[in-house]
Amino acid sequence: MSEANITAHESDVLVVGAGGAGLRAAIEAAATGARTTLLCKSLLGKAHTVMAESGIAAALGNVHGEDAWQAHFRDTMLGGGSMNDWRMARLLAQEAPGRVLELEAWGAVFDRTPEGLIRQQDAGGHRYARLAHAGDRTGVEIMRTLQQRAVQLGIEVHMECSVQQLLTRGGRISGALALRRATGQFAHFRSNAVVLATGGGGRAWKVSSNSQEHTGDGVNLALQAGAALTDMEFVQFHPTCMTGPGSAQGTLVSEAVRGAGGVLRNAEGRRFMFDYIPERLRGETAPTETEADDWYATRQDRRRPPELLPADVVTRAIDAEVRAGRGFKNGGVHLDIATRRSSDEIRRLLPSTCRRFALLAGLDITREPIEVAPACHYSIGGVRVEAETAATSVPGLYAAGEVAAGVHGASRLGGNSLADLLVFGRRAGMHAALHALGTEPPAKVSAGESKDVARIVRLVEAPLGRSKGENPYLLQRELQECMQAHVGVFRTRSGLEQARDKIARLRRRAAKISAAGPRLYNPAWHLALDLESMLAFAQATTLAALAREESRGCHAREDFPAPSAEFGATSIVLRSSLEGLRMTREAVNAMPEEFRKLMVPDELKQFFEEQSTWVRTKSTSGSGAATPAAGNSKVTG
Amino acid sequence: MLDAVREVQATQAGDLAVRWNCKAGKCGSCSAEVNGIPRLMCMTRLDGLPTGEPVTVGPMRSFPLIRDLVTDVSFNYEKAAGIPSFQPVPAGADGKRRMYQEDVERIQEFHRCIECFLCQNTCHVVRDHADLRPHYSGPRSFVRIAALEMHPLDAGDRLPLLKDGAGIGLCNVTKCCTEVCPEQIRITDNAIIPLKERVADRYYDPIAAFLRCFKRTP
Amino acid sequence: MDARVIRLEPHPAQRGDAWWAAPLLTAIALVAFVAYAVWAALQNGNYYAAPYLSPFYSPCVAARCTHVSVPLVGAWWTLSPALLVLWVPGGFRASCYYYRKAYYRSLFRSPVACAVPDAARDYRGETRFPLVLQNVHRYFFYLTLPVLAFLWWDALRAFRFADGWGLGLGTLVLCANAALLTLYCLSCNSCRHACGGHLDSFHGAPIRSRAWKIVSRLNEKHREFGWVSLASVVLADFYVRLLSVGLLNDPRLF
Repeated sequence: MSEANITAHESDVLVVGAGGAGLRAAIEAAATGARTTLLCKSLLGKAHTVMAESGIAAALGNVHGEDAWQAHFRDTMLGGGSMNDWRMARLLAQEAPGRVLELEAWGAVFDRTPEGLIRQQDAGGHRYARLAHAGDRTGVEIMRTLQQRAVQLGIEVHMECSVQQLLTRGGRISGALALRRATGQFAHFRSNAVVLATGGGGRAWKVSSNSQEHTGDGVNLALQAGAALTDMEFVQFHPTCMTGPGSAQGTLVSEAVRGAGGVLRNAEGRRFMFDYIPERLRGETAPTETEADDWYATRQDRRRPPELLPADVVTRAIDAEVRAGRGFKNGGVHLDIATRRSSDEIRRLLPSTCRRFALLAGLDITREPIEVAPACHYSIGGVRVEAETAATSVPGLYAAGEVAAGVHGASRLGGNSLADLLVFGRRAGMHAALHALGTEPPAKVSAGESKDVARIVRLVEAPLGRSKGENPYLLQRELQECMQAHVGVFRTRSGLEQARDKIARLRRRAAKISAAGPRLYNPAWHLALDLESMLAFAQATTLAALAREESRGCHAREDFPAPSAEFGATSIVLRSSLEGLRMTREAVNAMPEEFRKLMVPDELKQFFEEQSTWVRTKSTSGSGAATPAAGNSKVTG
Repeated sequence: MLDAVREVQATQAGDLAVRWNCKAGKCGSCSAEVNGIPRLMCMTRLDGLPTGEPVTVGPMRSFPLIRDLVTDVSFNYEKAAGIPSFQPVPAGADGKRRMYQEDVERIQEFHRCIECFLCQNTCHVVRDHADLRPHYSGPRSFVRIAALEMHPLDAGDRLPLLKDGAGIGLCNVTKCCTEVCPEQIRITDNAIIPLKERVADRYYDPIAAFLRCFKRTP
Repeated sequence: MDARVIRLEPHPAQRGDAWWAAPLLTAIALVAFVAYAVWAALQNGNYYAAPYLSPFYSPCVAARCTHVSVPLVGAWWTLSPALLVLWVPGGFRASCYYYRKAYYRSLFRSPVACAVPDAARDYRGETRFPLVLQNVHRYFFYLTLPVLAFLWWDALRAFRFADGWGLGLGTLVLCANAALLTLYCLSCNSCRHACGGHLDSFHGAPIRSRAWKIVSRLNEKHREFGWVSLASVVLADFYVRLLSVGLLNDPRLF
């Protein structure tokens, strides 16, 4: 294709990705006075943000007046095992309420308290009821509100336009080259600032709750442009997702099912969560079924059932049971609400879950147990950014939302991702606009840039021209199987090394992909291109997981089951180099004393104790079912 | 159904064009016509279709075809851009905005919309009368306008738009939009008819108009 | 999975299911009802069998009525008295949002079923005369309310026999008919709008809020009430007619 066929566009700020963070960034950039262009890989409004159910964490204090940003900050740091960038956690806690109220002023409709204020609901890890929500479709509410706001501001949107590479000039961002899916034509967007808001990379796993867009594009683009990644090893798995049929695998089964009385049972019919109660939570967790069932009836003055332990604990318990051979045929355990509540109650409490199972699986959850297993859910790590500006290490390049790292630490609390999108989306948009407006508008395309563009176009078009070669769909499946098997809930050195080598082989094979067919909307071609990003994401995750020789938050190493003080103060940072990914260990920013004071003294210590006891708990539990502990001790032994 | 299409993609026709994202009925990308009936592929189970005969999957018929199952749905985005956005009334004296659950519940039904555009595709005014498209915004737009018009804190007035630009009079309440809505929004009963009644209040009700005269000059 | 894919020309699929069945049944029912109603209205007789008055002729407002409800029109009116009143419930049903759907689909075939091509060539919806008049549905609703009151009056009168108070099968028929018509009438979309649908906030309007909620629940069954009350009107008229011509004796229950 000659360059004449490449359309040229110019703007001050280019936002890549139109989920919550991208839209919020574009809105802020436009409001700051920058000419803003928004690119999205799918149609506008289809981003993964729409799948968020529970709510957005913000210390509005509408339900509990004593809630304040300090408490939200503390919960976030505690949830993240203090691996969080404390400045980001502070900004998140301080600014989330303002972002929520702003959404309301733009037309979002949240559920209300009897006083007419925004209602807030409980979520794991939050000390107070803090999640502003619109029923169980908060993500849709946020997306529509932001989408309409962006349209109202007249932001230029290019749909189904996927960025292939960021362009730099003299080490600074100068734009991006994108492929228009519908026509197969290229578009050259020139701008002095780019905001990456492309989401995570969950599609690299076989069992994933992520939308198919989550292919790690931003991570790949940032690496190529010279930015640093961090915390890539922290990939959060949601404990209860559907195991089938077909692509229903990975679909979330909300915590609400357990909250309503659903219990987890293995193939032997045992309520196995009693075997996995961490030491530090023994005081507040019911040790027997009778006492646990009492809690559902009264909900107070009783210890909570173990099914409602923190998500990471439940995830590891389910995974351990399945690996010990006590799972069901699809590799899951049973989540049983049918025998616990009457049909009417289930239908009243869980209407959307009932409907989804009936439609997707043909299953009546009021009669039968649901088979569930953990699924890849959220990429905590990503592009490293400055807390206040969301700037990456490349001048002009910003990142916000799931693609950026830092705010969640080693594990993310429910509701914090939606807050993250808005708080840091806005900051990225604002600082990108200020950067762009403070620099000279893009000069004429230089000869070097034209050459760059021509080279990228040739690379991108290559799979289209190969009539024979690797099948991108099958390559993706191999990658997904590999990540699922070796970079899943539990990791070991040997597994991670296998994954590392497999990914290297897949990368070589990916260079020979054939996506023969027309230019017009050719999914094989799109997948071939996305596969590059998925492989880069998978590689970064695997290398970082291999380097972190400890267990912390959602990163669980069977061969290093305890957290280590050394790693607790260290971030794994990855950069692109000629030899591949270059890894460095860098110190986590220490929290100043005034913020340390916000944490109750023993809480952090307790957190580490929990971490160190999860294996021991299983081996000392009196269940008589010693297999999971034995399985682990083989490796740890 | 979506799984079947994806399997075909992976093994037989890699370039089979189809949109999909969430595979759980939440993003509204995989709209198509299965055996001639508009629906989301991800929420259509093959075992619910007649067995022993071929299943036909086609693109949404109302929109220009790009390739295979992918259509150009920009019509819907253009119509959405023409709707004046939310115009909030000033916040209360304490700086807070108050709304009540009973009021928000009515509009939350409309906010459930996942913008799959199946209603737009099925509405015969859009589907069969291309000449009317410039004058008609379609059910999705009416749902959006209803959400704004019934918003307790909205100060905007979209009735003139409804009557003329959006062409609510062209809707003949045959309820196909409601039949195909995967979110089970009762589009006709809860959005379109109440809006038609509001338009009637303003433009077709002589007694209401007469009473308004007195309101203006007390 | 064993799947063979065949690429067809664009837009091959027509609905293969029995989409025509529902509109066909609707069309038959509507035509049958209109035919019966016209026939019954033009009979100008056999509409009263003491103490029962056919709903087609209620309220009977002409002086020449067999059983006068209110003598509004003088003896000069020699045509069927049904014609003086029947346009009100007739207009109410004809402009009803549900029946509009029913006959636009089944009779106008615009569209006959979802995703089946519209039969109308020069379609203008309800923007032009005469269909723009559908917007006055609310007035038919208001006018139907007094008619409904008379039907209840007739139902009460149906307890009053020549030999005193009593209960016949016809009493039950007229009561049931009045009840079903009331449900149909109150579940009307215009009623819903008048009750509270016109408000943006129910907060501080508790009565309208309650009324709107009740009517909204009834409204979900508007279609069902529409058909059942249609049948009950025909049955009530037919029953009175059979009594009147002596083909049937009204069983007295007590």
